Amino acid sequence: MGFLSMTRNIAQNLFEGPSTRRYPAVKRYYEPKSRGMIGIDIEACIFCGLCSKRCPTGALTVAKDRKEWEIDRLRCIFCGYCVEVCPKKCLSMANHYSPCVTDRGDAIHLEKQAPKGTTEQPVEEKLEKE
Amino acid sequence: MSQRNVIPFGPQHPVLPEPIHLDLVTEDETVVEAIPSIGFVHRGLEKLVEKKDYQDFVYVAERICGICSFMHGMTYCQAVEEVMGIAVPERALYLRTVWAELSRVHSHLMWLGLAADAFGFESLFMNCWKLREGILDIIEATTGGRVIFGSCKIGGVRRDIDGDTMKGIVEKLDRIAAEIRHTTDVFLNDYSVQHRLKEVGVMSGEEAYALGTVGPVLRASGVAMDARKIGYAAYRNLKFEPVVEKSGDCHARCRVRVREIFQSIDLIGQAARKMPEGEIAVKVTGAPSGEYFSRVEQPRGEVIYYVKANGTKNLQRFRVRTPTFANLPAMVRMLKGASIADVPNIILTVDPCISCIER
Repeated sequence: MGFLSMTRNIAQNLFEGPSTRRYPAVKRYYEPKSRGMIGIDIEACIFCGLCSKRCPTGALTVAKDRKEWEIDRLRCIFCGYCVEVCPKKCLSMANHYSPCVTDRGDAIHLEKQAPKGTTEQPVEEKLEKE
Repeated sequence: MSQRNVIPFGPQHPVLPEPIHLDLVTEDETVVEAIPSIGFVHRGLEKLVEKKDYQDFVYVAERICGICSFMHGMTYCQAVEEVMGIAVPERALYLRTVWAELSRVHSHLMWLGLAADAFGFESLFMNCWKLREGILDIIEATTGGRVIFGSCKIGGVRRDIDGDTMKGIVEKLDRIAAEIRHTTDVFLNDYSVQHRLKEVGVMSGEEAYALGTVGPVLRASGVAMDARKIGYAAYRNLKFEPVVEKSGDCHARCRVRVREIFQSIDLIGQAARKMPEGEIAVKVTGAPSGEYFSRVEQPRGEVIYYVKANGTKNLQRFRVRTPTFANLPAMVRMLKGASIADVPNIILTVDPCISCIER
């Protein structure tokens, strides 16, 4: 039984400095496998809707007629099931999170495929909620 | 006879950031009766099984508890695999074992910190959580998530750990183990820790067994019962003995968890050496039909999953008996006769997880 069993620890802490990260001077390192955000290569998408069918939280909506793919980032739980089932492998998992939002509507992200035969770039827009 | 007073404990209490309410009937400074009431965070996850596809339900099962999330997913997968008669590849079983033991280490380190916080040893609490970060980093690097692994699926696992990474993990764990030992020595030897925990909340082996207690609480009372010994996943090929302590008090429960941390690190080393090459998952088709009881040793004790399927994509019945629920009667029994100052310690040594209890 000892009285000063933490002494070693205290001495170590005096010389080691803080264990926490000096954010924002030191950025957090994300492992390559980290699950943070779902991304899509919309031009490769065939709008089969398998991702939205499989999504456990119903965060994905696919509209084949309008060639639109939509994700509610606040509903997404980063399980990666959609990436796994995607037949064209156009969905990907980024290892960092999506930016913060102050309104629920801002978290809804829409991707629209450019009409075939035009050179137009894919339109990227955010849905504004009234 | 002195007057009886009822002191409410929770649902919001500084020692336990989870909602459980206890009415402590006291006479002077002694608790004569503790009446628990639960139901603050019931989510109805068992009923949800009728709505979700049986393969998608792994994600729901993982969210029953945040700390033993991987083991919940694993128990569910084991149950469905047995119903469907799926032979899971050997490598997947070893990977499940490694992840399960990693979650045991991080859960016990978290508990040690919370216990230190309950008896007012703040710097020890911070130290334990600092060490836990090292384990969470390993978990994030291998599965992509810090708490919710999302790696178990019916028929195997979703991710692999390659040989070099596995070697790195074992080396890192050895380094962390040395640091953990410095911290756990404080729990084992320090006078003030022993003063708060020794001979507090004593429960005999017979009593613990009769109350249906499981996990470290039962083993601290001298009963060598560990569900890992039934040999699920890769445990049948690994050498280990259940960690048992005799005295049945709060300090014994603390010692059991401290020794289990090192046991788990040893088991990960063994699993890494014996891990065979090969597939990590098999393709699953069709729908399950039948019923099965699946048992897994979680950090808090033995969990039992009951699954009944009728040949459709949705299961017919799903029932979980979580270890924390099984330990509630023991907690109420230990609180009887305790001093009011020991209540936080006794409640903490059961390692209550209210989201588990209520599902």
